[in-house]
Amino acid sequence: MGRKLLLEHINVPGINTLEVYRQKGGYRAVEKALKTLTPDEVVEEVKKSGLRGRGGAGFPTGMKWSFLAKPEGVARYLVCNADESEPGTFKDRYLMTYIPHALIEGMIVSSFALGANTSYIYVRGEMMPQIRILEKAIAEAKAAGFLGKNILGTGYDLELYVQPGGGAYICGEETALLESLEGKRGNPRIKPPFPAIAGLYGCPTVVNNVESIAAVVPIINDGGDEYAKVGIGRSTGTKLISASGNLVKPGVYEIELGLPVEEFIYSDEYCGGIANGKRLKATVAGGSSVPILPANLTLKYANGEPRLMSYESLSEGGFATGTMMGSGGFIAFDEDQCIVRNTWNFARFYHHESCGQCSPCREGTGWLEKVLHRLEYGHGKMSDIDLLVDVSKKIEGNTICPLGDAAAWPVASAIRHFRDEFEWHVKEPVKSLSSNYGLANYAVPIERKVEEVKQDNL
Amino acid sequence: MSDLMKVTIDGITVEVAPGTSILNAARQIGGDIVPPAMCYYSKLEGSGGKCRTCIVKVTKGSEKDPRPMPKLVASCRTTVMDGMEVQNITSPEVLEARNGVVEMLLINHPLDCPICDQAGECDLQNLGYENGLQRTRYEFERRTFERIDIGDKIQLHMNRCILCYRCVFTADQITNKRVHGILNRGDHSEISTYIQTAVDNDFSGNVIDVCPVGALTDRTFRFKNRVWFTKPVDAHRDCNHEKCNGKVTLWYKGADVLRVTARKDQFGEVEEFICNECRFEKKATADWTIEHPTHIPDTSVISSNHYETFKPLPVIKENLALQEANKVELEKTSKF
Amino acid sequence: MLKVEEQQPVEFSSTLIEKFDEIVKRYPAGKQKSALLPLLHLVQAEFGWTSVAAMDKVAEYLNIEPIEVYEVASFYSMYFLQPKGKYVLEVCRTGPCCLVGAEKIMDHIESKLGVKEGEVTADGLFSWRGVECLAACGFAPVLQIGPEYTFYENLTEQSVDTLIDNLRNK
Ligand SMILES: Cc1cc2nc3c(=O)[nH]c(=O)nc-3n(C[C@H](O)[C@H](O)[C@H](O)COP(=O)(O)O)c2cc1C
Ligand code: SF4
Ligand code: SF4
Ligand code: FES
Ligand code: FES
Repeated sequence: MGRKLLLEHINVPGINTLEVYRQKGGYRAVEKALKTLTPDEVVEEVKKSGLRGRGGAGFPTGMKWSFLAKPEGVARYLVCNADESEPGTFKDRYLMTYIPHALIEGMIVSSFALGANTSYIYVRGEMMPQIRILEKAIAEAKAAGFLGKNILGTGYDLELYVQPGGGAYICGEETALLESLEGKRGNPRIKPPFPAIAGLYGCPTVVNNVESIAAVVPIINDGGDEYAKVGIGRSTGTKLISASGNLVKPGVYEIELGLPVEEFIYSDEYCGGIANGKRLKATVAGGSSVPILPANLTLKYANGEPRLMSYESLSEGGFATGTMMGSGGFIAFDEDQCIVRNTWNFARFYHHESCGQCSPCREGTGWLEKVLHRLEYGHGKMSDIDLLVDVSKKIEGNTICPLGDAAAWPVASAIRHFRDEFEWHVKEPVKSLSSNYGLANYAVPIERKVEEVKQDNL
Repeated sequence: MSDLMKVTIDGITVEVAPGTSILNAARQIGGDIVPPAMCYYSKLEGSGGKCRTCIVKVTKGSEKDPRPMPKLVASCRTTVMDGMEVQNITSPEVLEARNGVVEMLLINHPLDCPICDQAGECDLQNLGYENGLQRTRYEFERRTFERIDIGDKIQLHMNRCILCYRCVFTADQITNKRVHGILNRGDHSEISTYIQTAVDNDFSGNVIDVCPVGALTDRTFRFKNRVWFTKPVDAHRDCNHEKCNGKVTLWYKGADVLRVTARKDQFGEVEEFICNECRFEKKATADWTIEHPTHIPDTSVISSNHYETFKPLPVIKENLALQEANKVELEKTSKF
Repeated sequence: MLKVEEQQPVEFSSTLIEKFDEIVKRYPAGKQKSALLPLLHLVQAEFGWTSVAAMDKVAEYLNIEPIEVYEVASFYSMYFLQPKGKYVLEVCRTGPCCLVGAEKIMDHIESKLGVKEGEVTADGLFSWRGVECLAACGFAPVLQIGPEYTFYENLTEQSVDTLIDNLRNK
């Protein structure tokens, strides 16, 4: 059994209440931080822990905190990003539903470290039930003296509010989130300035993911050095993985970073293998935005070594043969799934969610969707495949925010690894409407694949 | 921090005040190395960054930190650093990416230039001409909207809009009340008032001048003429609106004033915003004191009729890279 | 563009205004526009949709221009700018859910209710639509029903039938 730092008590009845949460050691981190540490010391512990942002980009949290500008007489804000909308990711909802106090406790300690006296948790609007849960938890914490004025008699004041979103994936992007929190359209801001200098209401602001903030609790309880001992290399600690798709046991798992991918998919402790006795065809390992990989490259690198669940290992091989950790949304595709259809589905998602500010993303995402739709429904041409690659290149890197890249990568990677399946859709337009290309050679052992990958390294 | 910043764009070095954007530094140099800007507008705070036509490559970040920037950047929203080196038209990567942006801007554009009032003074037309592909690769139906009148003075052809947000910034910053804005999301976004209201207040007509395409047009433009048959003349009147100084361009056909616009500088931006009275109500020569024919850049279709020849800036004569960049224009002048 | 005559006047109850007042207190002075999204949720919960008249009232309450409210309401997908059925079944239609049968569930709902996506049943009770990933992909297929966004997981055709029948008889 791997170490559990966040979900250890998930199955304890009543753990969603302050009472039970405290019986299990909850709010120790608040006591420790506020009574025995200075804000800078808390930041120092988080730096030592090596914690990397769990929202997608993997940026070291302690470093991000130390960039926060601290001009005299200007308020600072901590905003928790609970917009969780990346297809394949559902860990934050899970955490907030079952252990809301883990997030509240993390928010108190983190706000203290950053010197924020008002903090917001921006929750996507669809999570109304979770908003109610958090509001209840906040009321409990306030009644117990963990929030409000003069917390635990230390002189530190903090108000914590929950803000609902309105239904827009783009509001997960931190500057779009801040715009939305200011009551505006969720258009990402043009950077610089970065939020650390001018964020919410023009004040210095840190935006962190739910899981990043919850992880601060064990870091303070056990010390940054202890936390850094868990995991592998620069991927320290544990990570919540949202597992979905054709798995025997989909769900949220806390893993120690460095777990072999094969063990995660097939062992009974985690996903228990592919559902209905089928075989694995492909995975999207970190949420819909990261490159899709065929089964063989999911389990092993191009050189045959096993791939691990860590930031470094998942991206081993670059975009040619690797992928990314992203937000930890692990989607498994069995042999009956159609890669073209899924690529079209994801393209439709990004088209639907583009904020429309910058031309390459606004126009390009719709173009990708339309071409993919035509391929999926039997009207495609051979030249469409290269057209898709070309359009995705014209979006990638030329936009205001990374949504453009996120829309381009799934398309480019699907064609990189599954070009024969796309071609089959063109050659067999009728057959492809009623049957699937199947597993083909996507699961055959790696050695054969190396050559091919090099050839169409797009 | 009063020291000037040295920045080199396509091999030409210029010294600019701290805080200047790459685009504005390039404008100080002038000529072909100025990136095209479809959404940035120096008079509108917060504008820029959206259309992505002005992208350039920063090959050296600064003297202190010489690393190149990993991606192409929007020159209108990137501040120069001392010692920065930038490539615009000398970088094939930039030109290719810009072609891509232009292609994106055109895939849903109606390409109705033959019937568009803006034809001849449209930034998109110029841009498409310089960077566009010969043939469209987009084989789907183009997005269409109804043409609507927003008040009795202004007409909106949403099909042509490139969502540069300039008219929104103008309404926010120049007029005293904004009633139009951007509705919906993504490629369904549209400029609209949502409910039927007229865009109408003293300065609302300026949205027509800032619009880089023919999406917002002057309903009072008489006889609907092609701009290149009209003859622009600078004129002024004693306007008693406190914020308007009455300096305009009159567009003549024969002896008739067809329309009135603000005066525009060499980058297509208005010099000063004008009030609606000057723009919409004063269409008789007697209303105005005529100054002289308007200077029209040589690249514009309007100048195909007439006048001024291209006069190279002194800096161009001295600099080989700029001479190369302005080859076409220089050849034209030597022909004259 | 809507014609002005199409607006039906609305009144906000004092309890609703009290809730507004509570929410505005969360933000620093002068930043009351931050309350816009939560206020629109309250309005929609009260009236079933977000009408122009209601948006104008919200603008007045927050002391902002009406266009600022329209811009926001039309950007986000949760605000209904047209009247909908009493129960709006919102089914996730994104990749992971489709891997385990979300498309079949949507087809089933369409035939069971007898209306197309976005339409309202004759009795005014139901509408349905596909929405993007609801962050519950491990419990797919899923659907939610506003205004409290109650969640239904691991859907089957049978469980959808039961759900619809229960709502109908409520
Ligand atoms: C299009 C887009 C969507 C995003 N969605 C989320 C999200 O739902 N939740 C999240 O925590 N971060 C999301 N991010 C990442 C945030 O911008 C930001 O990096 C993150 O909240 C920082 O927190 P962290 O450092 O704790 O990871 C998104 C980024 C982009 C570009
Ligand atoms: S990349 Fe897309 S989502 Fe991001 S700012 Fe541009 S249009 Fe909006
Ligand atoms: S109408 Fe014109 S000025 Fe306004 S956003 Fe569209 S293109 Fe820009
Ligand atoms: S002018 Fe710079 S992005 Fe539009
Ligand atoms: S894909 Fe349906 S909930 Fe995520």
